[in-house]
Amino acid sequence: MQIRVNGKELNVAAATLAALLNELDYQDATVATALNQSFVRKADREDTHLHEGDAVEILVPKQGG
Amino acid sequence: MSVAPLALYGVDLTSRLLAGTAQYPSPAILASAVKAARAEVVTVSLRRETGNGRSGESFWTLIRDLGVKVLPNTAGCRSVKEAVTTAQMAREVFGTSWIKLEVIGEDDTLQPDVFGLVEAAGILARDGFSVFPYMTEDLVVAEKLLGAGCEVLMPWGAPIGSGRGLNNRFGLKALRAHFPNVPLIVDAGIGTPSHAAEAMELGYDAVLLNTAIAKAGDPVMMAEAFAGAVEAGRLAYLAGAMEPRNMAAPSTPTAGLPFGGSLRA
Repeated sequence: MQIRVNGKELNVAAATLAALLNELDYQDATVATALNQSFVRKADREDTHLHEGDAVEILVPKQGG
Repeated sequence: MSVAPLALYGVDLTSRLLAGTAQYPSPAILASAVKAARAEVVTVSLRRETGNGRSGESFWTLIRDLGVKVLPNTAGCRSVKEAVTTAQMAREVFGTSWIKLEVIGEDDTLQPDVFGLVEAAGILARDGFSVFPYMTEDLVVAEKLLGAGCEVLMPWGAPIGSGRGLNNRFGLKALRAHFPNVPLIVDAGIGTPSHAAEAMELGYDAVLLNTAIAKAGDPVMMAEAFAGAVEAGRLAYLAGAMEPRNMAAPSTPTAGLPFGGSLRA
């Protein structure tokens, strides 16, 4: 399935957002997720199914002003 | 000398200097600078991880080890939707409902889009966020942000990263006078400790700055300088400054002048 992750086109096997984080090796990382510009809580990742063309954001803590 | 704490959304702070965490030469210098600034609140952000590293994770560990309160921002967001979603993501990751709300409306000045700002502030306040809006020094916008649920206001001094100080001193004074009981923080544009002291002398409750420390030749020394300036400015405000005069007035008593002034040419 072709989706966009952090602005990059990726072909992934994962069917859910939780599975995608595992596939991309984020399982132990502190991340926040959004699907098609809407926030997805950590608790909802398991039940959030991915579809062709979806846009996923995976964000991490960074320096800020 | 002890000064009453600053209460922001029910949290008492001793330090009136809020520090950004970006643009430092190294994580170690960042940590030392935050300590030297005596900051109790630091701003952070959410970004995509670049490369395959775990720099986000190591940054977050460093911040947690500092034992400070974090104020996540929505820097770079240009729409209400982006800002609200980013705030929701930040609340989960950083474990705080505090959010420095930025909705940017113009690229050259990074001036806030105050229309989007008010709308996003209302959405977030209703969702339980403690919103710190980055705003212009506009009285009407301030009223609307307070009406939207903000309990703290953060007018800019000058465009972000410009280091130009207080561009509209009159406007900032008017805002202070108009809202005597609202915590006001000058956020952005401060370049030197004297700018920070000036904001504090005007009665601002705190200052938030980043680039002025991070981009100094010696960030840790500059952090110390800012800490002193903010404290000095606060004390000066509480002490009450003298009124300026147009003409000189002798500070040494004139009574008992030697020679009775008779040797003057």
